[in-house]
Amino acid sequence: MPEAGHHAELTRRRMLQGAGVALTAAVGTAVLGLAGPTGTPAAAAGPGGHDTFDEVYRGRRIQGRPAASGHHHHGADYTVQVDGEELHVMRNADGTWISVVNHYQPHQTPLALARAAVVELQGATLVPIA
Amino acid sequence: MAVRKNQATLTAKEKRDFVDALLQLKRLGRYDAYVSTHNRFIVSDTDNGERTGHRSPSFLPWHRKFLLQFEQDLQSVNPAVTLPYWDWTADRTATAGLWADDLLGGNGRSGDNRVTTGPFAGAGGQWTITVRPDSRDYLRRSLGTGVAQLPTRAEVESVLAVQTYDAAPWNSSSAGFRNQLEGWRGVNLHNRVHVWVGGLMGTGMSPNDPVFWLHHCFIDKLWAEWQRRHPQQGYLPTAATTNVVSLNTAMKPWNDTTPADMLDHTRYYTYDSAF
Ligand SMILES: [Cu+2]
Ligand SMILES: [Cu+2]
Repeated sequence: MPEAGHHAELTRRRMLQGAGVALTAAVGTAVLGLAGPTGTPAAAAGPGGHDTFDEVYRGRRIQGRPAASGHHHHGADYTVQVDGEELHVMRNADGTWISVVNHYQPHQTPLALARAAVVELQGATLVPIA
Repeated sequence: MAVRKNQATLTAKEKRDFVDALLQLKRLGRYDAYVSTHNRFIVSDTDNGERTGHRSPSFLPWHRKFLLQFEQDLQSVNPAVTLPYWDWTADRTATAGLWADDLLGGNGRSGDNRVTTGPFAGAGGQWTITVRPDSRDYLRRSLGTGVAQLPTRAEVESVLAVQTYDAAPWNSSSAGFRNQLEGWRGVNLHNRVHVWVGGLMGTGMSPNDPVFWLHHCFIDKLWAEWQRRHPQQGYLPTAATTNVVSLNTAMKPWNDTTPADMLDHTRYYTYDSAF
């Protein structure tokens, strides 16, 4: 998908904007463990979106895990948090993912979506949706 | 009859009246309800559940009604105001007149994407963002970074050529005109423009950026243009369909307006030209 490629390039460009940020990026994401494959973005959440991730990306802790059924989430049986605050996410019919801060730009996995949210937030804190 | 015009043709007074009416609604505390309503539908419209405002056939009539209601609100402040549209196939750069200080103000600055020029700049104190996804209370834009190019005229023509309005399963995976215009499939028109503007326009709270209204006014115009070119085609589905707003079903949140009521925009306004 051209947009995904462009976005990756953009992310890379932004990473290089500040030395401190670049260092974080160069070291890579500090993986805190838990279940599921980690480290490689493509493998971080399978097509089912049922894998778990927990890592520090550009200084922000991002976590994703399946949500219990009957959970209040609409359109996703999956929950994503940035520094413990919930990022509203939704799954598209084709299996791609969007969030409240990247609503019009699908991402392949919840992890890619969480990382995109970190870029978008530029250090800001998510607040509950009014 | 109210005429909706291309923003590029507005006189200085028309621009001033439009901007002043926006600021007045914000001052009166009436603007942010539109932001909340939009986001409420964005998060509840799902591909496998109830869907009304987005990713469904009623994307077009729902936004037509939403814009009409907002336009009437603007007109309660100044009866001369109509919504202008932004033809992004023509005005496709970050230096287009749309982004000048006498209309929407410019791009966000580098670093934090904060809009610092024009009537909606955070420092002006007239446009504090209250319904928001995160702690930042100022308008943000990042023109042309999320995606480099706005849709072209040829791309719009290719979507206007699609014969069928919409198709099962009536969601973001559907074939048909509506979904290609919305942008989940095909060349991607509507969604791409949200991404091109970036900042708050990329979020469910996109009406926080006044360019939302100009963008959706153009989407509305393209629907009218498709109708003009395909007089034998019409809104689908016509029969009751689970989770989907069919032709004669009332749309939330108004509950008194059906897609059928919205098909003929000339009952309410006209456009200054065909596409
Ligand atoms: Cu919308
Ligand atoms: Cu939109």
